[in-house]
Amino acid sequence: MEVNITLDCKGLNCPMPVVKTKKALNDMKPGEILRMESTDKGSTSDIAAFASRTGNELLEVKEEGGTFIFFLKKK
Amino acid sequence: MQEKKKRMAIIASKGSLDMAYPPLILASTAGAMDVEVTIFFTLYGVDIINKNKYGSLQVAPIANPAMPSPVPMPNILGMLPGMTALGTSMMKGMIKKINWPTIPELVQACIDVDVKMIACTPTLEMTGVKKEDLVEGVTMAGAAEFLNFALDANVSLFI
Repeated sequence: MEVNITLDCKGLNCPMPVVKTKKALNDMKPGEILRMESTDKGSTSDIAAFASRTGNELLEVKEEGGTFIFFLKKK
Repeated sequence: MQEKKKRMAIIASKGSLDMAYPPLILASTAGAMDVEVTIFFTLYGVDIINKNKYGSLQVAPIANPAMPSPVPMPNILGMLPGMTALGTSMMKGMIKKINWPTIPELVQACIDVDVKMIACTPTLEMTGVKKEDLVEGVTMAGAAEFLNFALDANVSLFI
């Protein structure tokens, strides 16, 4: 998957991963891919909810050693 | 046709450090989720957007049995001088430990996602707080302006 922007939200808690993800997507073009990394345990459900509400597509979520990695496609 | 945006209306009436977080967290998150948000700051809640105060909001241990204490003690001791400062510094320590944003940072996060913030005019009149004391972008209005927005809201909260 070709990633256009990588956003590091590790160590941050709710609401910052969602707020920073939104700000990063605002600066991107439709169809571009954002990779966001978070250690917030709530972020798997929060980012899924964010994606379904905003229409930005959540392509993939994976976990690597306590870090959640999200791939979002800008609407 | 574009779907009408969802709306959330919040009244923030408290000015203590703990009670400043919920309205700002919900508003910044909703704003990020493309929800139209208005927060109406009234009574002590105005402190949350008062530039002279929002960096130094406090939390009082007195009458707050949920507040953690380093040593077990009767709640009434919260009335002793210095206990509010102690409780506040403990809570700030806990906030810092989880790397939570400060109140000024969260207010900025709300501004960044276009949350509309209104300061209650009678409260300003009563407390002598001026427009220049408020965070930039905050407007001033009364109940009718808030209700005009809240009447079409999907979520309405009083905090």
